[in-house]
Amino acid sequence: MLDASEGYTTEDGRKIGGVVMEMKNITLRFGGVVAIQDISFDIREGEIRAIIGPNGAGKSSMLNVISGFYNPQEGEVFYKGEKRPPMKPYQVARQGIARTFQNIALFEGMSVLDNVMTGRIRQMKAGLLAQALWKGRAEREEVENREVVEKVIDFLEIQHIRKTPVGRLPYGLKKRVELARALAAEPSILLLDEPMAGMNVEEKEDMSRFILDVNDEFGTTIALIEHDMGVVMDLSDRVVVMDYGKKIGDGTPDEVRGNQDVIDAYLGVAHD
Amino acid sequence: MPDQLIFAMEVFLNGLMAGVLYALVALGFVLIFKASGIFNYAQGVMALFAALTLVGVMEGQVPFSHLVNAVLGTEIHHFGWHVPALLAIALTMLVMIALAWAVNHFVFRHLVNQEPIILFMATIGLAYFLEGLGDIMWGADIKKLDVGLPQGINTIIDEYTYNLFDYGFFIDNLDIVATLIAAVLVAGLIVFAQYTKQGRAMRAVADDHQAALSVGISLNWIWVMVWSLAGFVALVAGIVWGTKSGVQFSLSLIALKALPVLMLGGFTSIPGAIVGGLIIGVGEKLFEFLIGAPYLGGATENWFAYMLALLFLVFRPQGLFGEKIIERV
Repeated sequence: MLDASEGYTTEDGRKIGGVVMEMKNITLRFGGVVAIQDISFDIREGEIRAIIGPNGAGKSSMLNVISGFYNPQEGEVFYKGEKRPPMKPYQVARQGIARTFQNIALFEGMSVLDNVMTGRIRQMKAGLLAQALWKGRAEREEVENREVVEKVIDFLEIQHIRKTPVGRLPYGLKKRVELARALAAEPSILLLDEPMAGMNVEEKEDMSRFILDVNDEFGTTIALIEHDMGVVMDLSDRVVVMDYGKKIGDGTPDEVRGNQDVIDAYLGVAHD
Repeated sequence: MPDQLIFAMEVFLNGLMAGVLYALVALGFVLIFKASGIFNYAQGVMALFAALTLVGVMEGQVPFSHLVNAVLGTEIHHFGWHVPALLAIALTMLVMIALAWAVNHFVFRHLVNQEPIILFMATIGLAYFLEGLGDIMWGADIKKLDVGLPQGINTIIDEYTYNLFDYGFFIDNLDIVATLIAAVLVAGLIVFAQYTKQGRAMRAVADDHQAALSVGISLNWIWVMVWSLAGFVALVAGIVWGTKSGVQFSLSLIALKALPVLMLGGFTSIPGAIVGGLIIGVGEKLFEFLIGAPYLGGATENWFAYMLALLFLVFRPQGLFGEKIIERV
């Protein structure tokens, strides 16, 4: 089913394209602690790819490697077919990889609208003077960017809070604003770090719906981390399972569910 | 109209003008604090350094001439040319940008995620370093700065008020020019911070480093930009203050007057720095005129601003315009 270049079609009829990002033999160490040990996997265009595992499995570290916050000691990252040199996080972001954070990293003092607008920084190219004078290219750009931003705001149903300072919003809405900011960048890969962490059942359902809709509507490639098994299995096309920094499973939700190592990791067996 | 009221009006106007000058210095503090959370103790010294450099460049002084002469036994002091004011200002700005880069590259880049108090201590170190550097580069003697700003009594206001009240107000032309410069500067900074990509990026960096990185903002770039902006504001303040009272060490002490201004206006508000400066300027002049000189033996201008700041600290710690301290419990 998984051809290296061709892609595949999901059960619900969505076309999944070729490999957009490939992680090859990634090893990440912090001093003597091995956070990620020799892990390889790929992300295909248009799919929802999940990385799951118990607490401390190295999921967040993996996401930080993809987004450039950590540079691995060993292994290679291929993005759109090209090997990626070690990069700073802002450089990765400019290549079109947007992310959210487990603990939410928003600009608390700025309005929702301004927060989402920062997502467009990559697309703004007009010179400083032109921007200040609101002339020519700057004006066009600002209008275009506002259109994208308003569309995203509409889509995630946060119109009613557009002018509110983010610091005043409740947790669930903050998570949604963060998603909006990442989405406004029109990323080629969207990384979500525990998008459902700390939410109640209703908020989780909302968030799941948004993730599915985003993928469906914009065809955005999504890689997400989650430790809530149930949510992940419903959402994702393919799942990587990590435990103690190692990959113990990779495949469709059904394949992973039947994997003995995965069952052991989650239900717990005595490690000899 | 009673004389006392007319005098008070003149004092009020002069207070406004002095306030603008305080505000100019306070602006530099606000810029850096907004964008990097650093309280830059060196802002006043930066103004001094900028003014020294400007004078040096204009007069064709050889930098480090004392040092060079001492080491090589030569006797060079001047290149022998004079640089026109505008060109000299542009060159000085380049020096300030280079300084901004160096400050970020050698100091603050290595202090990311440190406590604010540590960053503050670093700026104290920076202040002393710059003071010394200014001395070594350009010498420690008092210099005159003249970039062609008009000075002396404004005759139009003098005549107009004389016809009106039989008493001509003394308003210095330099103060009027300073007010115009400050107005343009503030308008420019507000447009920059609110409506440009760089300004938005600057506010973003001030708010959350991680989030800023994740949307593709280079922290180093923004910091160099912010320090350059602060250097620019320091240069403007240095020109105005230097023209007014000569380029000398005491120029760096004007930074101390900026502190009460900031406490009134709030550390994060550009308009606040202006209004704070005006209130302090007017407040201390009027207080001296109405209460200080007649009843307290004078010289109240030295402490009035700090008293006012103290009152604000007690009753409104975020200042008049500071961002509300929002806390969810």
